Amino acid sequence: MSGTFVGMPAFPTAARAALADTQLRHNLAHATGTIRAKRAAVVGEVEEWEDLRLAGAAVKEAALRDLDTHLVRLEESLTARGATVHWARDAAEANEVVARIARDHGAEEVVKVKSMVTQEIGLNEALAEHGIAAWETDLAELIVQLGDDLPSHILVPAIHRNRAEVREIFLRAMGEVGRPAPADLTDEPAVLAGAAREHLREKFLRAKVAVSGANFAVAETGTLVVVESEGNGRMCLTLPEVLVSVVGIEKVVPTFADLDPLLRLLPRSSTGERMNPYTSTWTGVTPGDGPQEVHVVLLDNGRTRALADDVGRQALRCIRCSACLNACPVYERTGGHAYGSVYPGPIGAILNPLMKGTGRPGLEGEQTDSLPYASSLCGACFEVCPVRIDIPEVLVHLRSKVVDGHRDDTVPKAEALAMRAAAWSFGDSRRLGWVERASGVAGRVLTRFGRTTLPGGRSAAGRIPGPGAAAWTGARDLPAPPRESFRAWWRRTDGGRS
Amino acid sequence: MRVALMVTCVNDAMFPETGKAVVRLLRRLGVDVDFPAAQTCCAQPMVNTGYLDEAVPVVRTFVDAFAGYDAVVTPSGSCAGSARHQHGLVARRSGDAGLAAAVAETSPKVHELSEFLVDVLGVTDVGAYFPHTVTYHPTCHSLRMLGVGDRPRRLLESVRGLRLVDLPGAEQCCGFGGTFAVKNADTSVAMGADKARHVRGTGAEVLVAGDNSCLMHVGGVLSRQQAGVRVMHLAEILASTEEDAA
Repeated sequence: MSGTFVGMPAFPTAARAALADTQLRHNLAHATGTIRAKRAAVVGEVEEWEDLRLAGAAVKEAALRDLDTHLVRLEESLTARGATVHWARDAAEANEVVARIARDHGAEEVVKVKSMVTQEIGLNEALAEHGIAAWETDLAELIVQLGDDLPSHILVPAIHRNRAEVREIFLRAMGEVGRPAPADLTDEPAVLAGAAREHLREKFLRAKVAVSGANFAVAETGTLVVVESEGNGRMCLTLPEVLVSVVGIEKVVPTFADLDPLLRLLPRSSTGERMNPYTSTWTGVTPGDGPQEVHVVLLDNGRTRALADDVGRQALRCIRCSACLNACPVYERTGGHAYGSVYPGPIGAILNPLMKGTGRPGLEGEQTDSLPYASSLCGACFEVCPVRIDIPEVLVHLRSKVVDGHRDDTVPKAEALAMRAAAWSFGDSRRLGWVERASGVAGRVLTRFGRTTLPGGRSAAGRIPGPGAAAWTGARDLPAPPRESFRAWWRRTDGGRS
Repeated sequence: MRVALMVTCVNDAMFPETGKAVVRLLRRLGVDVDFPAAQTCCAQPMVNTGYLDEAVPVVRTFVDAFAGYDAVVTPSGSCAGSARHQHGLVARRSGDAGLAAAVAETSPKVHELSEFLVDVLGVTDVGAYFPHTVTYHPTCHSLRMLGVGDRPRRLLESVRGLRLVDLPGAEQCCGFGGTFAVKNADTSVAMGADKARHVRGTGAEVLVAGDNSCLMHVGGVLSRQQAGVRVMHLAEILASTEEDAA
């Protein structure tokens, strides 16, 4: 019942549609502005924040450096504590494992803890093909699922919806899949949450199988950790008889003590809270307490491809806080759907190409390759990242991989030809001088058609046809080139002395 | 001290007045600045679009042009950031140890104008006069790549006659972003329009920044809106004196 990102157009096209939606722009600007201010306030309280960031980055870096060792240790610890470990190379393998476990227990439905990785692999859709209904129990995920919609943010997937829209979705869709919303439902947040609580309660009490992800997996002890705000996760992790957790292999940390900096960094960075409301930890099976059958599916799905990239591998440090989304001026205006993935925003712009690979043929490859360019490289994402992922550095690196992936194309892009021409003229100052003299002539021609004078007296060109020029001048005037370049002036006047 | 002006390709070709202002300003402060004619561009347009091979000859030209100077001063936070933080990457790509060594020698000597004035020359009052209401946009690369902090503000606050008004949302990107401005023109313009709205809201006569490329973008939006707000590079305000006003 939820949609899919398959077939999304490249970022510039998808962004254009999103930018035209003024309600969406308003919802996003309001929501990201609020959460940015909250984060800034609580981060500002921690004097040693920078040390904490360094510690968090170091923990994840150490884990990734010897990932194979830590994963084997995690498997041993989990098995020793009564859990069953499954290894999945890709989405299909992981989905198959979860479906088989649910079928083995005759389950026609599962309840879900909010989890990015199960969205990444399209678990709900895969289970539906097996006749198994997967119920999202996180409030925002429920809104997305009931609205037959797609998530647009890692932490607040329904950020693109306002409360009036949420009320309509609840009234329309809740009754189709369970307890209907009360007829007198208002758009008061507490009333909406109350309706969701009533609706979900019967699902929690009925479900035999729960599916979760994990924020962290401790190799030393075999402990999985889920961090959430609503208590729905705690319900899923404790009530059903069977628990299946799908965990990306980069979630492993070596020791229990390693959780310390990460659990301090995460809530302040993500929800702007000092401490996380519900932090659930479980270690295999505890007889007589909680699920008595525990499965852990360790998933690759492109993570080893990212690990093999020596600049890009830092992206695997990500703890999914979404601070970079909230800080990003591009995300604030386009929203998450334009990125065509469950991982939107700056982190999505690097994770998707790193995990899927760049330079792939076809529309899907084109969509992925457009993501590293979906940034003005302003650096706001790096500034807020709790594990110090230098996202602008990785973006530039991935752009070079996109370009390199097309170096053997039989018909080079206009951009490639322009860059070669620029390299030619910038490779030698005399050649640049010729180009500038030509530009001075062009400037005199252009200003004849120019409709405007910039404040301060300079002539400007208005709309100019042609691909690159039209993209600029559609909404922006362009100053006409001056009659004389700086270098020509310096030569003519001996640096202004004569 | 041998000081070279790295004027930048954008200023050379499009905004020569900014280069002239740097020369006037530095001479007034007793620095005999030189313009090495072999210079072209910092290679940022190629690097940030992903064309690393194409950036190699440009970085080679850069280090050759500025070899032997004690300091290189540039009226652009973005180009200073490119020289300091990206040239090493390009040199590694070239596999040329000689180029890598030359980059390691040249890169740390590159200073953005406000850094050069405050840190190298140790001045914040440059003797300027500019009797106008001004608002300042801190460009992203000067702010986050270089960390110029409040240096430009301190310089502006010392200008006689100048009234500095705060720009709401100042630290958010204007949406220029190099080739982003064309490759993602719609998003770029949406960001630029929000920046322009904030600028107009201040009632300032002039929007000032340390990067003409960003000003070309926001100024282009303001001009299309016929907002009547002028955009000016920091160097041009700092170079202004009572004689200019008269």
